[in-house]
Amino acid sequence: MSEFGKPLDPSDTGTVFDEPGGADLHPHPVPLWLLAGVFGALIALTVATVAVTYVDLGRFNIVIALAIAAIKGILVAEIFMHLHWDRPFNRVLLLSAITAVALFIGILMLDSGTYLPDMIAGYAPGVTQ
Amino acid sequence: MSTAATGKGNEGRASVAHYFDSARQQYESQKLGMWLFLATEILMFGGLFCAYAIYRANHPEIFLYAHTLLDKNLGAVNTIVLLFSSFTMAWAVRAAMLGQRRLLIGLLAVTLMCGFGFMGIKSIEYHHKWQHGFLWGQRFDYAALEGHAVGHDAAADAAHDAPGGAAPGAEPDAGHAGAPARTDDEAGHVMAELDTAAEVSMAHGHAAATIPRNLHIFFGIYFVMTGLHGIHVLAGMIMLGWLLRRAIRGDFGTRNYTAVDLGGLYWHLVDLIWIFLFPLLYLIH
Repeated sequence: MSEFGKPLDPSDTGTVFDEPGGADLHPHPVPLWLLAGVFGALIALTVATVAVTYVDLGRFNIVIALAIAAIKGILVAEIFMHLHWDRPFNRVLLLSAITAVALFIGILMLDSGTYLPDMIAGYAPGVTQ
Repeated sequence: MSTAATGKGNEGRASVAHYFDSARQQYESQKLGMWLFLATEILMFGGLFCAYAIYRANHPEIFLYAHTLLDKNLGAVNTIVLLFSSFTMAWAVRAAMLGQRRLLIGLLAVTLMCGFGFMGIKSIEYHHKWQHGFLWGQRFDYAALEGHAVGHDAAADAAHDAPGGAAPGAEPDAGHAGAPARTDDEAGHVMAELDTAAEVSMAHGHAAATIPRNLHIFFGIYFVMTGLHGIHVLAGMIMLGWLLRRAIRGDFGTRNYTAVDLGGLYWHLVDLIWIFLFPLLYLIH
């Protein structure tokens, strides 16, 4: 990752045009064992998230389900989507999008929580009648 | 895309556009652009997740009941199909980087097949919902739901015949489809329909009595979220077909794998969204 962060050296670029798709494109194939391992972990976590719904943990069920989904998401993003070896800025983009969505949901839920759910009769299924 | 097909005689090489200093700079820029696009995709789905969060926070009983009308097993199978396709896609990117052309073609084909599998299972699920009237808004068939919950006894059949209760699998209500806007009459009709459903459930006691009102809210959210996701899967399948064609033609090699790489990123994002949709829609506790 460190070499990606370096500023481009202008004197380096002279040979690139002589060799299109030049030597400085260094592919980084992810090892197959790692891909297979991540796939195995994703399947195991899927089984775990289904299994945990059969146990009553009250409000922690949704917390655990989302935590497992987040771990799966991190595995996919870091390994399958190569973020672990990429320029850090790609990760910044992903995290900023997730942060924007979190703010969006969080603030709107705070807002909707301040209103009575039974303002309009018949449109308030949360209230037992 | 500036790594456009180089055709025969230039196998496995991408041309570097004149405004890039190097092939790597071009590759990094294209990848950055893809990530920027994926960020906007997350924002788009974020709106739907927001709708989900607010409705679920206000009316948890709708979600708790309605999710039992989904097929958890089919959802789990679809999750595994999509995870497997993500694995084969990641492997395909590796194969492209290593110049393993035959392996790349095979893996792209398997990934595409998984896409067909996912959409096939999804269509079975949608068909089931359509047959039982578990649909959005006014199309939700409360009378049929009574039959579903109580069983095929006489009262449930009577509910089918009740005003406002359409038979399962019937054509969408022509009156609603033709109306450009909701009138007060229609709203009243819907309310009457809801009351009918509630009364039937009261009369029956046991399981049916616990059916909450306004289940159509859940199915509205379900169909929009899974539907938008399904459209993304379809777009991904078209992209995979294009990549497959180019791979067979021999476009890709150790120095030209950007298209496979970026296509993989898109496919993984579709998987990533499903990873959150599955527990939120199918596994509510």
